[in-house]
Amino acid sequence: MVTLQIIPYTEIEGLSSLGRIRKLLNIAKQDKIVLLQGRLAKDEEAELIKVTMEEINKEFSGIELAVIDPSQSSSLSGFDKFKSDFVSLLLGNRVGFTIIGPANVVKSIKKNPNKIELFTGEKGRRAKKN
Amino acid sequence: MISTIKDWFSALFGSFLSSKGDLKLGLYGPPNSGKTTLANKICKDWLGQDMGSVSNIAHETREIQIKEQISIKSKDNKKELFFNLVDTPGIATKIDYEDFLKFGMSERNAKKRAKEATKGVIDAIKWLDEMDAVLVVLDSTQDPYSQVNITIIGNLAARNIPVLIVANKCDLKKANMKKVQAAFPQYEVMGISAKYGRNVKNLYEQLFKLVR
Repeated sequence: MVTLQIIPYTEIEGLSSLGRIRKLLNIAKQDKIVLLQGRLAKDEEAELIKVTMEEINKEFSGIELAVIDPSQSSSLSGFDKFKSDFVSLLLGNRVGFTIIGPANVVKSIKKNPNKIELFTGEKGRRAKKN
Repeated sequence: MISTIKDWFSALFGSFLSSKGDLKLGLYGPPNSGKTTLANKICKDWLGQDMGSVSNIAHETREIQIKEQISIKSKDNKKELFFNLVDTPGIATKIDYEDFLKFGMSERNAKKRAKEATKGVIDAIKWLDEMDAVLVVLDSTQDPYSQVNITIIGNLAARNIPVLIVANKCDLKKANMKKVQAAFPQYEVMGISAKYGRNVKNLYEQLFKLVR
């Protein structure tokens, strides 16, 4: 069974960068898929990859990550682009959403500007040690 | 007196020349996109030697590799560019040693490779701040919308580091240059085949624009 945990942006808003990363990664390490309202800052995304690499071991092989950021959509132009940029300016990183899945559950995430497809595999391929 | 003037000149122009030579051009991208193949091509063309080993197995480059004092010339021979080439390990969000077993690697070697690869990714991210310009090397046969690509490019943009996207492996049938361009419309995208040298001369010309 795949478990999806939805995190509102308010839950990470007051945390430090490392606190945000820790919170999201800890949930993913419990074999849950995280659906975060909003997104991390670009340097936090890089830090998330760095921390993930530091924690890879026999039980945890990493994450699959995807961010939907409507303001970055290449299909927008003219007034729609202006509207999207304006909303982004007002709401900052609350716009869009982020998916973080443990690599042993989420095999791959295919993304194009308009949709995300999540391919899950057999969970817990490797037995967890107590 | 003459020696003092000589010292002053050497201090002034020596530091100028060395700062030119210290310009760091990074090669970033996901694993197996052909970063080291491109690094080898650049080094072969301008230094007559390779930079690192290449392999079909991902994460062949697991340490930052630097080739110093590369000098390239423009087609018309009027311009010259000095830089240190920094080849980085491929950035990934997951590394599973079992993936290496499929290539016939022993479990011990696969685990060792995975461990080194994770360290390589960390180092590559740490080195982002050191770069003066970056070629983001993507495999043009693969999906360009992967989050690793977007995160790398987003981080370089946030640091105001000039970026040129290199869509490598354009010699392959499955290569889709238009898709790469559509994914990153605000960037210059250059289609090349590092393996066969296709369009690499034009890439050299683009480097002059990138670091001007």
